Amino acid sequence: MTAWLPKDFWTRNETLVAGVVVLFCIIAMLSDPRFLTITTVSDLLRAAIVIGILAVGAMLVLVSGGIDVSFTAIAVFAMYASSVLFLAVWPGAPWPLIFAASIVFGALLGAINGFFIAFMGLPTLIVTLGTLSVFRGFLLTFIGSQRISDLPPAMRDFSRGVLARGTTEAGNFYSIPWAALALLFVIVMTWFILRKTMLGRSIYAIGGSVESARRIGINVRWTQFFVYVYVGALAGLAGIIHGSVGRMADPFSLVGLELSVIAAVVLGGARLIGGYGTLTGTLLGVALIVIVQNSLIVIGIPTTWQSVTIGLLILLGTGVPAYRAKRAASRAG
Amino acid sequence: MSSDHDTAFIDLRAITKRYSGVTALDSVDFTVQPGEAVCLAGENGSGKSTLIKIISGVEPATAGTVSIAGQERPVLNPRISAAAGVMVIFQDFSLFPNLSVAENIAFATQLSKHKRFYKSAVTRDIARSALDRIGVEIDLDVRVETLPVAQKQIVAICRALAAKAQLIIMDEPTTALTEKEVRRLQGIIRMLKEEGVAVIFVSHKLAEVLEVSEKVVVLRNGKKVAEGPASEFDTQSLAHHMTGRDVPEVPPSDVEAGAETLMQVAGLTKAGSFSDISFELKAYEVLGITGLLGSGRTSVAKALFGLVAPDEGTITVDGQVTPTGDPQAASMARIGYVPEDRLTEGLFLSQSILHNVTIGRLDAHSRGGFLDMAGLVAEASDWLKRLKVKAPDVTAPVQSLSGGNQQRVALARWLSRAPRVLILNGPSVGVDVGSKADIHDIIRDLAGQGIGIIVISDDLPELLATCHRILVMRDGRIIDTLDGKSVTEDQLARRLAS
Repeated sequence: MTAWLPKDFWTRNETLVAGVVVLFCIIAMLSDPRFLTITTVSDLLRAAIVIGILAVGAMLVLVSGGIDVSFTAIAVFAMYASSVLFLAVWPGAPWPLIFAASIVFGALLGAINGFFIAFMGLPTLIVTLGTLSVFRGFLLTFIGSQRISDLPPAMRDFSRGVLARGTTEAGNFYSIPWAALALLFVIVMTWFILRKTMLGRSIYAIGGSVESARRIGINVRWTQFFVYVYVGALAGLAGIIHGSVGRMADPFSLVGLELSVIAAVVLGGARLIGGYGTLTGTLLGVALIVIVQNSLIVIGIPTTWQSVTIGLLILLGTGVPAYRAKRAASRAG
Repeated sequence: MSSDHDTAFIDLRAITKRYSGVTALDSVDFTVQPGEAVCLAGENGSGKSTLIKIISGVEPATAGTVSIAGQERPVLNPRISAAAGVMVIFQDFSLFPNLSVAENIAFATQLSKHKRFYKSAVTRDIARSALDRIGVEIDLDVRVETLPVAQKQIVAICRALAAKAQLIIMDEPTTALTEKEVRRLQGIIRMLKEEGVAVIFVSHKLAEVLEVSEKVVVLRNGKKVAEGPASEFDTQSLAHHMTGRDVPEVPPSDVEAGAETLMQVAGLTKAGSFSDISFELKAYEVLGITGLLGSGRTSVAKALFGLVAPDEGTITVDGQVTPTGDPQAASMARIGYVPEDRLTEGLFLSQSILHNVTIGRLDAHSRGGFLDMAGLVAEASDWLKRLKVKAPDVTAPVQSLSGGNQQRVALARWLSRAPRVLILNGPSVGVDVGSKADIHDIIRDLAGQGIGIIVISDDLPELLATCHRILVMRDGRIIDTLDGKSVTEDQLARRLAS
């Protein structure tokens, strides 16, 4: 009767996380009927765009068997540097050009990670911990530590662009910004890479076993290099969206968010050992984290409990499947 | 001879390989004909892995020529070699545990065709036809991590077939397989040969592949010391060529009459794994416990050392009842246990030999709460010498040692604690012939010193060479007790299988 479901549907992490999200929404609706209105949903969606793009990148790194903690530093660096650059040389530039610059900055910084990891063979956590500090320090020392609120006008225009807007019957305003399309674009492109190209399958293969990948002739170095460049580019995009939507280039923002993003990805079923992770899971993980961060108050839990809740969710969300796998293994042995 | 070279799929001439001054291969000639199965035998360090690395393009030869499929290959790398049809199946199979069976089989093929895009239908077709070729049915969509070892091996073979393998090199293909699975593998090999696919077996355990092979080549210290039709070799002569000496297996000497009883096991039962296990072990005695995979032999071994808690039954050592299910209590009662899988259960691989040998001896070398390092080093060095461990010094990590030497380090750890009873689970699994004989010598020697030894193994010659008595297990019960001296290998094999 459930033949259309994947065989492992009930044991998948995605199912668990989706269940928790639905449960949370039901509880929230019971305690506040206004929770599930288009206003809340569009607020949550807006909040999810930047985290979502960053999470897709972080997921790719986890799948390849690495971990990246520097992407927030890359995002804020790329955003701030491109803002400063265009304010200095061409304040009237159209937004796609500014966005492209930020993406290129991100990709270049990602290439630095990629160089150390793929070509020097250094451990990913060590490299990205190092570059996290270096990128951020470099930004604050050499590029600037002032918040800039008079951004190029084209960035403001971008943030005004909406796909849909309106007012509900109850008089609440809602809007879905253009930036949502960016998240959608990132999701589709990453899905295509991961599912439909040999490059994407190679990323999974390397995460499964680097040695095996090397033996069957996968170009491990360039694949790893690509991963970090791609993640850097996504961070650049997320950063510039963050700056445009917030209408402020704040060099102190974003950094500190990386653990929440990785938490979302891990909740979605990606494993730190590499080789496992899906877009669906990642997006569900992002949804859960965003809901917890923004709506915990609705069900009567003080916001100070946010990090406790997220921590518990991680322990449960990753602990339960791990425990189940262990039980299954001991039964088999 | 020249016609041999003309038709050969692989033709190596005067191959020499030096690594920073060490000669790993010394002017070796080696040919493989299409559809031929060749056993490449040799101890660890004999150069057989180096030879494989040269054929598969992982390492360049220092001197000599390599021809594959009639074409001389002055430049060789894994891609060129694979494109010519040379596929290596490593002992760990080099599969991707997180990917599906279909993808594992088809990945290399897709890659070699320089495909940019991944199509799941094409992938499944490739996998399906490879599985069909050897007539095996495996669900294409399950993740490889969920498959048993034998099926993983089949996936690895299919991957090689899908990539148009003309030569499949199999490293230690039978170590992890049960007898039945070995038969099935032999069937698959015969099928491959009929299709003109050549096979090279690189193995310690050659008896099982000898009957499907045409030719045997033995390497020792980088030189080819023997080559000939497989029919001219048997286990004995192979061992002789590999070690350069005869490895006579002396049967154990008699247990002295009136030796005291060291260990008594009564009614040991654990639901679902074994029931009513009772036996006695005397000082100076070597007791074998054997049975097929799943007969409960390993669970019993673990229960004796407290790693598995039995539901019922008692273990008495030196007249004292030892609490069951408690490894520390077992250790206090001076029972030692060397596990089967020393890599994951027995040794700290990345740590030094010193640390591995002396981990159980830290208390004995404590001086007012501080460690007496000099004493520890002296003790470890002494054990290395006594057990003939080949290692540069005690600070070398254990993972740098060969299988035989690792096993000796695991033994040394327990011996340094002067055990009364020593349980050895699969003492020579993954160890080469020479080391194996040495380990058997050590076992006999230890028994001669009055230690009671329990050997758990399914290696029948090993049991016969070391044990005074052999308990045969099936379905969790002891079904027979055989006298190690009078029983023959055939009788034992029949008793196991019946």
